[in-house]
Amino acid sequence: MALKIVKGSIDRMFDKNLQDLVRGIRNHKEDEAKYISTCIDEIKQELKQDNIAVKANAVCKLTYLQMLGYDVSWAAFNIVEVMSSSKFTYKVSCSQLQLQSVDAVLITTIINSVSLPLVTQDLSSPNQYDTGVALTGLSCFVTPDLARDLASDIMTLMSHTKPYIRKKAVLIMYKVFLKYPESLRPAFPRLKEKLEDPDPGVQSAAVNVICELARRNPKNYLSLAPLFFKLMTSSTNNWVLIKIIKLFGALTPLEPRLGKKLIEPLTNLIHRALDLLYGMVSKKNLMEIVKKLMLHVDKAEGTTYRDELLTKIIDICSQSNYQYITNFEWYISILVELTRLEGTRHGHLIASQMLDVAIRVKAIRVFAVAQMATLLDNGHLLTGNMQRNGICEVLYAAAWICGEFSEHLEDPMQTLEAMLRPKVATLPGHIQAVYVQNAAKLFATVLRKQEGTTDSLAAQETSQLLIDRLPLFVQSANLEVQERASCILQLVKYIQKLQQKEVEVAEEVTALFAGELNPVAPKAQKKVPVPDGLDLDAWINEPPSESESEDEKPKAIFTKEEPKHTRPRHTEVDEKELARRREARKQEQANNPFYIKTSPSSQKVYQDQPGVEHIPVVQIDLSVPLKVPGMPMSDQYLKLEEERRQKERSERKKKEKKKKREKHGRGRRADSGPESEEDITPAHHVDIVTEEMPEVCWVLLQWPLTDNEKLPVRTHRPAEAVKSPVEAGNGESATPEPKKKKEKKKDKERKVDLSSLTVYLTLFFSHIVYDVQGNLQDGSQVVVSVIFENKTDHFLKSMEFNVLDSLNSKLQRPEGSSPHDGLAVPFQLPPGVSNEARFVFSVQSIVMPQKLKGTLTFIVKTEDASTHEKLDFKLHFTCTSYLITTPCYSDAYAKLLESGELKSSSLKLEGVIMPFHHLLARICFHHHFSVVERIDSCASMYSRSIQGHHVCLLVKTVSTQRVPCLEWMSSILESTR
Amino acid sequence: MIKAILIFNNHGKPRLSKFYEHYSEDTEQQIIRETFHLVSKRDENVCNFLEGGMLIGGSDNKLIYRHYATLYFVFCVDSSESELGILDLIQVFVETLDKCFENVCELDLIFHVDKVHHILSEMVMGGMVLETNMNEIITHVDAQNKMEKSEVRAASEARVLSIIILI
Repeated sequence: MALKIVKGSIDRMFDKNLQDLVRGIRNHKEDEAKYISTCIDEIKQELKQDNIAVKANAVCKLTYLQMLGYDVSWAAFNIVEVMSSSKFTYKVSCSQLQLQSVDAVLITTIINSVSLPLVTQDLSSPNQYDTGVALTGLSCFVTPDLARDLASDIMTLMSHTKPYIRKKAVLIMYKVFLKYPESLRPAFPRLKEKLEDPDPGVQSAAVNVICELARRNPKNYLSLAPLFFKLMTSSTNNWVLIKIIKLFGALTPLEPRLGKKLIEPLTNLIHRALDLLYGMVSKKNLMEIVKKLMLHVDKAEGTTYRDELLTKIIDICSQSNYQYITNFEWYISILVELTRLEGTRHGHLIASQMLDVAIRVKAIRVFAVAQMATLLDNGHLLTGNMQRNGICEVLYAAAWICGEFSEHLEDPMQTLEAMLRPKVATLPGHIQAVYVQNAAKLFATVLRKQEGTTDSLAAQETSQLLIDRLPLFVQSANLEVQERASCILQLVKYIQKLQQKEVEVAEEVTALFAGELNPVAPKAQKKVPVPDGLDLDAWINEPPSESESEDEKPKAIFTKEEPKHTRPRHTEVDEKELARRREARKQEQANNPFYIKTSPSSQKVYQDQPGVEHIPVVQIDLSVPLKVPGMPMSDQYLKLEEERRQKERSERKKKEKKKKREKHGRGRRADSGPESEEDITPAHHVDIVTEEMPEVCWVLLQWPLTDNEKLPVRTHRPAEAVKSPVEAGNGESATPEPKKKKEKKKDKERKVDLSSLTVYLTLFFSHIVYDVQGNLQDGSQVVVSVIFENKTDHFLKSMEFNVLDSLNSKLQRPEGSSPHDGLAVPFQLPPGVSNEARFVFSVQSIVMPQKLKGTLTFIVKTEDASTHEKLDFKLHFTCTSYLITTPCYSDAYAKLLESGELKSSSLKLEGVIMPFHHLLARICFHHHFSVVERIDSCASMYSRSIQGHHVCLLVKTVSTQRVPCLEWMSSILESTR
Repeated sequence: MIKAILIFNNHGKPRLSKFYEHYSEDTEQQIIRETFHLVSKRDENVCNFLEGGMLIGGSDNKLIYRHYATLYFVFCVDSSESELGILDLIQVFVETLDKCFENVCELDLIFHVDKVHHILSEMVMGGMVLETNMNEIITHVDAQNKMEKSEVRAASEARVLSIIILI
């Protein structure tokens, strides 16, 4: 018998384990099937043995074979047998196998007869992992019988003290419910209780189970809605949030009131998602993303959400000076499509975009003008039967663009006619004013065309049209409209007189509007250099004497002039006044289309107009869909763009193929790999006006955003900025400082760990240097001072320092926090700044070097976003970290050595080339020793551990070889105290 | 519910398969093959979600996958799961593997498929998501590894002792 056991044990040593099996299969590529069949035979033999370890190994291999597609159901009995063993290791391997493959009858008998008592026993094991494995295994092979028998046990486990067990028990309850539905009712209250479990893991498990249950029968779970609502607003776990939202998706059809409650949190989520979109657009996907958003706009119910989408679309497209737009025709048609929105409040936003694009992108003007003409023509559709609709603001832009760039109009006469329709009089005053003004511009263009064809009658008819229609505007209640209309009316009347005398007037009328209106950057004035010899601070006239009283002030003729205009330049202006002036100036600029707006102000363009925002928005009741006829659909651009890129790509491919054939047939990197941003060339070469600006005013017109010109080749700057520190970090940490390396090598040779204390870790965003020091007050504590240095260009905040405790060393956390909580670093780091934080660790044994893994989490704040980042690091606690520099006199030292209480050992180090005093200094500095006595190239040193052990060190240089020799004596092993 | 978790390489060789529903071995292999065909022909820049193959249950099922270097990680789930949630879960899974194996590569999965199973069983249990917090997962995996090691050491010492005594 004994011999048999020995034989079994020896055999066991030569058994294949899983790794051998895998290696074997890889080595038998040609006859894999044959090899595996021999392996299976071996496994069968192993399973027949009494030794449970052998069986467990066999089962482990079976798991692998099952994955490869081999039938293992024949081993079911053995699997359950191993499962029931008392050793954790063996059980783990079994829980992986999918036992359902065994036929149902067999499994019922096996499990009920063999393993039920054993599984039950495991369920109540004191070790949480034993129970855990039993539960995992159970999840693979719950049967109705098993479910019935174990339901109450598992329910008890749901209130286990360990959250690890609780969450597993909660999850497995779902399987039990499926197999044994009667258990649902009694278990439900406890399950509900788990939704509010203090452990997030258990909470999420409970949410998972209830969501699965609710999918089958949502009605029963309506009562939980308030609880879930609370969870949704409080939980930070994404997984839980997603699950709850899914659940609400199932619940809302049953309870309409729920929908209303959900709007707020859900729109918050949607906003967050939309904000993400803003950051993820690129030239390549912009059209696609906007197309998707447009679909949502069409489907959206409720104006608020739709308006939100609209502003997002515009934000996304216009960000960084239209950086991502490759085709402005597409953008214009998107804007035009947006005008179809009923009741939006953002008409002015669309309008300002239209103006901005038309003015700044010269190449687009022909197209834009054509689009705007159609818009004007169909203006009645936009305004509908009420003038309060916010969208009519776009007509302002349309009229202005058609007037200003009228030379591009195909049929200016028609547009002129459209602008002077009586219906226009129902538009808001400021729009009418623009209409009137631009009608005059159009008139000039029309005249020129008509006179060119020597059709003087037609020209006179045009004048007549204006004379007929303008009086309507002269009667307008709006002063601006009145003024412009009457002015222009008189002008036209005069022109008509001249025309009747057959005088050609077109030239002169056009001269009224000659010259291009160029946009001026808000700060352009600053760039004008002060001419030589002009002293702005010098008085032009004698300064007014002090005695000058108010009555001497020049009186304003019409209105009282504001004092600020007359104030001399040098007078001190207080901050408030300055701010007010700035505001006023901004307001003025915002209303002037020739100013390039700083981005946010574009929304305030018409703020001073009788509040469009304050007028209650009423839905238009229209049975006919608001489709403006003859408008291009933005979708077609998307297709065109795709075709264009396809073409470009294939061309490029051809070129590349010509250049070189790929070495490997499969390498598809160059062909179908994702295109990089730079590869996409814009369809429209954006002709930015800067280049064309007249020389006289070049300084004035210094475009503040000149990199616009580089738009097509612009690279991903923000991404780069993030990437480079990572790369740098990786690079540096991969090649640690030579000094450190050397020190480490030395340690190895010395056997005793005397490693450097200061280890440089150059990490992701910040640079961390730390130093470990013993705590004088407490023998079981060390203080780690960490220097955080922010090497990035961004602001770092909310830093949290956490270390995975080991048995020996633990991070001291404030009372009441769990061992996995991090410690907040008590400061924030602006770019380039470093600061020091101290963390206390408690240590049990000081004769054991330690490496602790930790993470630092922090928030990186960039200009427009903030991201959560984390950083892993390791803390090395060497034995010398626990030493404290303590001076010692030579007589005391001699006594100590004589006492015989110290153990000693020595070693030789080779290859140390640094001068002896450097070596000493280094040992003193890094390892907390102090020099007791030094004679030539021999020194005795002393230190004390935090627990009071004496450590004596003798360092000698063996002169012939120049090798320092260390003699190391210590009381640590003997514990003299 | 998660129906299956598959890892295979660029050539369709399975590196890990875990089915939470019962299929015969043959069907399982066919599912792996089918999934590979569906997933491998997709471009790098297209969506990471697609409709599941016929074998695993047709259109009520979704495949959510990510491609890392030589490996595809595919989760077959039913309509109750959120695609983005699962995508996040794959990321957690891979990061956890990376932590546990220190720069995980295909070979790690080949030779330590049992370990991968352990890690997975800490994340997903019976088709339900058990834990999504990486630190939590790693803590438990480490603790169990320690337990296993100490058991193995004790067992081998006992065996050696028994042999010595008997001889």
